[in-house]
Amino acid sequence: MKKPMTAVPFTETAEQKAKLEAIIAAHKGEAGALMPILQEAQDVYGYLPIEVQRRVAFGLEIPVSEVYGVATFYSQFLLNPKGQNPINVCLGTACYVKGSGQIMEKLEEILKIPCGSITSDLKFSLDATRCVGACGLAPVMMIGEDVYGRLEPSQLEGILAKY
Amino acid sequence: MKSLEEIMAIKEQVQSELSFENNPDGIRVLVGMATCGIAAGARPVMDALVEGVKAAGLEGKVTVTETGCIGICQYEPIVEIYEKGKEKVTYVKMTADKAKDVLEQHIKGGKPVEDYFLKDADGTPKSSLAETNFYKKQKRVALRNCGVINPEKIDEYIGKSGYLALAKVIREMTPDDVINTILASGLRGRGGGGFPTGRKWMFAKASVSDKKYVVCNADEGDPGAFMDRSVLEGDPHAVLEAMAIAGYAIGADEGWIYVRAEYPIAVRRLKIAIEQAREYGVLGNNIFGTDFNFDIHIRLGAGAFVCGEETALLTSIEGNRGEPRPRPPFPAVKGLWGKPTIINNVETYANIAQIILNGAEWFSSVGTETSKGTKVFALGGKITNTGLVEIPMGTTLREIIEEIGGGIPNGKKFKAAQTGGPSGGCIPAEHIDTPIDYDNLIKIGSMMGSGGLIVMDEDTCMVDLAKFFLEFTVDESCGKCAPCRIGTVRLLEILKKITSGNGEMEDIDKLEELAAYIKSASLCGLGQTAPNPVLSTLRYFRDEYIAHIKDKKCPAGVCKSLLRYEIDPDKCKGCTMCARQCPAGAISGTVKQPHVIDPAKCVKCGACLTTCKFGAISKK
Ligand SMILES: Cc1cc2nc3c(=O)[nH]c(=O)nc-3n(C[C@H](O)[C@H](O)[C@H](O)COP(=O)(O)O)c2cc1C
Ligand code: FES
Repeated sequence: MKKPMTAVPFTETAEQKAKLEAIIAAHKGEAGALMPILQEAQDVYGYLPIEVQRRVAFGLEIPVSEVYGVATFYSQFLLNPKGQNPINVCLGTACYVKGSGQIMEKLEEILKIPCGSITSDLKFSLDATRCVGACGLAPVMMIGEDVYGRLEPSQLEGILAKY
Repeated sequence: MKSLEEIMAIKEQVQSELSFENNPDGIRVLVGMATCGIAAGARPVMDALVEGVKAAGLEGKVTVTETGCIGICQYEPIVEIYEKGKEKVTYVKMTADKAKDVLEQHIKGGKPVEDYFLKDADGTPKSSLAETNFYKKQKRVALRNCGVINPEKIDEYIGKSGYLALAKVIREMTPDDVINTILASGLRGRGGGGFPTGRKWMFAKASVSDKKYVVCNADEGDPGAFMDRSVLEGDPHAVLEAMAIAGYAIGADEGWIYVRAEYPIAVRRLKIAIEQAREYGVLGNNIFGTDFNFDIHIRLGAGAFVCGEETALLTSIEGNRGEPRPRPPFPAVKGLWGKPTIINNVETYANIAQIILNGAEWFSSVGTETSKGTKVFALGGKITNTGLVEIPMGTTLREIIEEIGGGIPNGKKFKAAQTGGPSGGCIPAEHIDTPIDYDNLIKIGSMMGSGGLIVMDEDTCMVDLAKFFLEFTVDESCGKCAPCRIGTVRLLEILKKITSGNGEMEDIDKLEELAAYIKSASLCGLGQTAPNPVLSTLRYFRDEYIAHIKDKKCPAGVCKSLLRYEIDPDKCKGCTMCARQCPAGAISGTVKQPHVIDPAKCVKCGACLTTCKFGAISKK
């Protein structure tokens, strides 16, 4: 999967930095540690900036290319920060057949951004996701942790206004 | 740590509680709290019930418990009420307010609230899910505890004879006995391939090694399928118990569950289950006082479909990019960290304890000649009852769609059903009476797959559907081998050319030729099966491809570039609504005169069609 790297400059708090160090230390030496480390690091930073990947590589004494290879392979690892309200539209089969393609188009139109990017005020980011396991409610989208099912394009403006 | 006697005592205790022996006026209230239930708003319903019971001082009499997926997703949130000697009562589409009514009228007043019952196709209210057509044709083996027990309480699992199969296996059976029982049952893998489970275990047992692994494939990558999620959320101990049994059979002491990170509730319940199992000593060292040791770890996936493929999954557990490896060597010989490993699917495991307890014959008495037992399907798409259904192998698609599924909504016609997701194919109306089993599905150009069953009606364009699945595989191809990495992109380009109205007749030949190359030359199952959706739609819906190419028309009215919106001048009243709605300014006309659409400007958004009150606009 293609993954453009972000232009947003990297910043971190001392607390984040300490947490990352603790995560690396906790898993170091464990077989297959890279994925759990990246997963936990992403929980701390919200995404995996290249600076964080470098530190993971350094900590595990492996090449950065290996870390970058894993980070770009899996769609859950993010090289870009998310908006305050990440929107995920399900494009799984059940949802697609029930019209989630139109939901995505309408959102792109309302937010004026293409799928896979973030609004300039950092408020919303828009992504497609595969089945979230709520196919009975298709078409489905998630905004943060909130799940919206049985959607119609006409409801979207109203839903976004809540955020 | 509990001894077998203590486990038996827990079982007795829970069973007498569930049958209200000590508490004849007891009422047990279950709220479906799997992902779909929670998404539909089960939490406020649960809270309202718990608080209501507390406020009324009924805690001694009424227990409110969460449970897994009850199965009939579009009626969530669901509440079921059990009382001694009575058929359970099912309430659907609940809200916190409705829950209060149920509390007042049913739980306190003893009078069920008919308004909130499920209604069958003919509109008659059914007091219990068990009486609906949706339920009657089902047979629950893998899902037996889903929607019945509280998945976060090991005691309730034990109450349903949980961990007794494990006790039987390690105390009374040899590893060969176990393998022979599974062989005799005829159980085949539920993850898609349909390989006989007993044979897989036999190979792994035969591999000599100081260390072996048991892996559970809970990656469930087929978009639109959620059988495994429901088992993990509704009955996680069933998977743990089966993995331990597999460990005993092949001589492994360590298990790994690879579960998608997109399933946070399943992950949480698995973690709770593992904790409890360790505490009870049914995982860990010296299980049931024998020298058998077994423990289980969880590894989260990170959103890569190919990681559902067994060798890619192992590479991913090892912490790498999840790229598949060539087979042979098969995992049973050289798997996780180079050691002999068996990999089975969640649903496969969910059958194991039942086979051990009830015997191979009990299991093989259900099903067809070559496919034994039941299969869980996630029924979705254009169907009235979406949800999880478990049916005996050999049930026909017609029974699933018309009887269990309640038919196609809005009076539309059935066109085809897709099984096997992006690796599978479609089953057209002409094969609707085929009994579903592994071999029959292959024969008609589809496959069992892991259990996604998406129903399509006349409004689904089959070329567009093939394009949808190809987009999926292109995105998910790991890039290791060229036939899959490059070939699928080329296939998709041709499909896009056809759906945009630029197709030529020789494109169909090119699709078929390229598909054959990709199938024969790809490294793993992802590439080998990627062309299937194209081939099967070409096989049954070639005329739709031809309509796109020759007539430049999309018969289902889906492919935008081929659509035309037109205003019928006889029906148009000149109300100007459509012209005001049109975002492209493509509609012109004067008030009270018929309007016209300029096809050059039209962006085919369909806004005019939905606004017109006179039905004057049509899409062709
Ligand atoms: C591309 C691809 C994706 C797969 N995805 C899954 C999956 O999500 N879940 C699963 O259980 N098996 C999946 N499989 C099948 C596994 O490779 C393997 O056959 C299965 O886990 C074996 O378990 P079983 O014998 O119990 O079915 C997939 C195979 C391929 C080729
Ligand atoms: S396909 Fe959208 S939730 Fe399953």
